Amino acid sequence: MLRPRIIPSLLVHKKGLVKTVGFKQSKYVGDPINAVKIFNEKEVDELIVLDIDASVENRSPDFDMIKNLATECRMPFCYGGGVKTVDHAIKIVKLGAEKVALSSSVIENTQLIKEIGDAIGSQSVVVVLDYKKSGLLVKRLELFTHNGKKSTGINLFDFVKILNDLNVGEIVLNSIDRDGTMKGYDIEVSKKVREIFDGPLTILGGAGKLEDIKEIVDEFKIIGAAAGSLFVFKGKYKAVLINYPSHNELFNEI
Amino acid sequence: MITIIDYGSGNINAISNIYDILKIPYIIASTPKQLENSERIILPGVGSFDHCMDNLNRSGLKEILTKKVMIDKVPILGICIGLHLMAEKSEEGKLLGLGWIKGVVKKFDKNIIRHKPKMPHMGWNSVKIINRLDLFKGVNLDKGFYFIHSYFIDNLNKENIMTTTNYGNTFVSGIHSSNILAVQFHPEKSHSNGMKLLKNFSKI
Repeated sequence: MLRPRIIPSLLVHKKGLVKTVGFKQSKYVGDPINAVKIFNEKEVDELIVLDIDASVENRSPDFDMIKNLATECRMPFCYGGGVKTVDHAIKIVKLGAEKVALSSSVIENTQLIKEIGDAIGSQSVVVVLDYKKSGLLVKRLELFTHNGKKSTGINLFDFVKILNDLNVGEIVLNSIDRDGTMKGYDIEVSKKVREIFDGPLTILGGAGKLEDIKEIVDEFKIIGAAAGSLFVFKGKYKAVLINYPSHNELFNEI
Repeated sequence: MITIIDYGSGNINAISNIYDILKIPYIIASTPKQLENSERIILPGVGSFDHCMDNLNRSGLKEILTKKVMIDKVPILGICIGLHLMAEKSEEGKLLGLGWIKGVVKKFDKNIIRHKPKMPHMGWNSVKIINRLDLFKGVNLDKGFYFIHSYFIDNLNKENIMTTTNYGNTFVSGIHSSNILAVQFHPEKSHSNGMKLLKNFSKI
């Protein structure tokens, strides 16, 4: 039986791993390769690594880093950050990533999704949607790019409809408002996205305890539950400790 | 010695990294000469069918690979699209497959998958072994392996079924025919289960 996927999501900033709150206040949490080695030992279901500098600095992905990470990963590896062209995506898959995450480049040009899918297989094309509530009088859910700095004016649900018609391999739904808060996932918005989108969905932003994961697995069954803080911090003072629940802990409790 | 085929498609590094950890010798072959003395071959594959087949056609390796597998009967393990390439053709592309095993690669039918997500079939799923227990010795079958695909092999002879997996319906997740073995999932990304499978293959 196909199981839900429990996925550590790591952010790279200035070659180190960081964890943010609301896409700000980045705190250094360690070395990326070291973290991958620990997650290998813990047999994590998958791993997402996002370079949060690449698009902001308008540069190409750091292929050396991707190669080192992909070689080390004994679990499926999704890389995102600065992927702008079909050639970037081909190179990343060739370096050993199973999935390529796209955000600003495809929000600007949805045609790129098909072009990249034709080259690397649509199952490997992941779109990360960073969204937050915006608007003073009428609250709406808007997509943001460039590490939450650039508003797009595009409504989240409108864009999910477009993605559903484009044969995307996976959506990673990332709530900027909940990032790093550890107060639980944005279930209401996730439900609406689940209704619109037929493909694999991964929810990110807000997980603070295993019960938060249990809640979305109960709700959605086959779902990707991604988390940053939960897997890099321990205790109420948020001491840095890479951790991941055991197979038993997850699936006996869930 | 294991020979990992490098034809520009597939996760060579992840496979070689595991054999490094297991201290099992291997070479990465990208020329016909490097394939001449191969004793065991791994044919990986990531990407779309035509992209992989085109790369293999252009690599100059197809002829010697076919000789090694079909005439010399060297054991070979295909992974993901590596399995698809062994079939006659695929709905995903226009190019012909290698045709080493009777079968056609088809897309999952969205209409019979009752749950969301529908496609791709992605994540950790269990496998049921029909044949070739030797390849799965020590594997935790409940935990299973990592899959990421929208296409699977069908229309094959019953005796070529090695494993099945359930997604919407039961589909064939592993095939075999004497020296030919191939799996739809990714052992190189399936932690200890995958390592065991790759180790078992080195002894077949």
